[in-house]
Amino acid sequence: MANYAHPEVLVSTDWVAGHSADPSVRVVEVDVDTKAYEEGHIPGAIAWNWNAQLCDTVRRDIVSQEQFEELMSASGISPNTTVVIYGDNNNWFAAWALWQMKMYGHADVRLMNGGRKKWLSEGRELSTEVPQVQRTHYRAKPADLSLRAFLPQVQQACGSGAAALVDVRSPQEYTGEILAPPGLPETCQRGGHIPGARNIPWGKACRDDGTFKSYEELQQLYEAEGVDGSQPVIAYCRIGERSSHTWFVLKYLLGFSHVTNYDGSWTEWGNLVGASIERGAAARAGA
Amino acid sequence: MSAMKAEEFAERKVEVAGWPVNLSSYRLGEVYHCKADNVSPGAALARTTGATREEAEDKALRRAEELLARTRRLPA
Repeated sequence: MANYAHPEVLVSTDWVAGHSADPSVRVVEVDVDTKAYEEGHIPGAIAWNWNAQLCDTVRRDIVSQEQFEELMSASGISPNTTVVIYGDNNNWFAAWALWQMKMYGHADVRLMNGGRKKWLSEGRELSTEVPQVQRTHYRAKPADLSLRAFLPQVQQACGSGAAALVDVRSPQEYTGEILAPPGLPETCQRGGHIPGARNIPWGKACRDDGTFKSYEELQQLYEAEGVDGSQPVIAYCRIGERSSHTWFVLKYLLGFSHVTNYDGSWTEWGNLVGASIERGAAARAGA
Repeated sequence: MSAMKAEEFAERKVEVAGWPVNLSSYRLGEVYHCKADNVSPGAALARTTGATREEAEDKALRRAEELLARTRRLPA
């Protein structure tokens, strides 16, 4: 896998096709569009619904350790299982699921490079059967919060410049021209970005076929905006899902040592009373 | 039907209500499926089916237009 820092976190569609009957592997589909799985999925794959099973919508939080353990147990996953996650739209919400699995200490979790689109475009077999899995008794580790940024850390980084802030939303969201992605509900009171943040839209890390760009292309993409791994990086978007994709790229493909996902993101910062914001395009990196 | 393959997979970009939209469509058995997304970030705006690709795409475009027309542009 293209000399990435941690190539073991990616598998190809060929690899998945060759391991469809491997009892040590559990393939999971996680889509933005939660109806996609029902239409047809990789044979043997189960599905997680991001807005019902990977969020606590009451606390506005990721799932708790207990909820995570229940999801893994019901999915037939044990701590030794190799979990391969794939989904639509460049593995956007698949990366959100992977981020949570890494936080709760699952050792071997990978993305299928190219996601659902690549599987479909290659004309590979699909199934509408939902597999029956053998329930396990999964015990997770306490959440590793070194992978997650909370508001106080972002406020500190914003004031001190001690971390690079990467806003992975679209340029129109970053400048404040729009308050939400086109066609989606607005979730904040004002537009703009966290002062000092660089705008590197998450999708730029992928090729048209949904696979990740090469190590060299990714390095060039981020370095052009002054993000080279020499200082901690905090990625954010609107609700933390797009930024989990960038978190994956920076941490595992480029191998940056300290990368966190600020899942409070613009929905938190943009609605915060008294918080400074910037509007308009950013100055050139280093200017 | 439990086992099948996506056939005639195709993608194209169009503009709807002033916004770029990605249309992806393919055939599963006798039914054409279409998804319209908003390109950035790529969130699904509509998922439709039809007896032909054109029918599925038309339905998706109509729904996408309804949603995209609501998007406010503010002075940045």
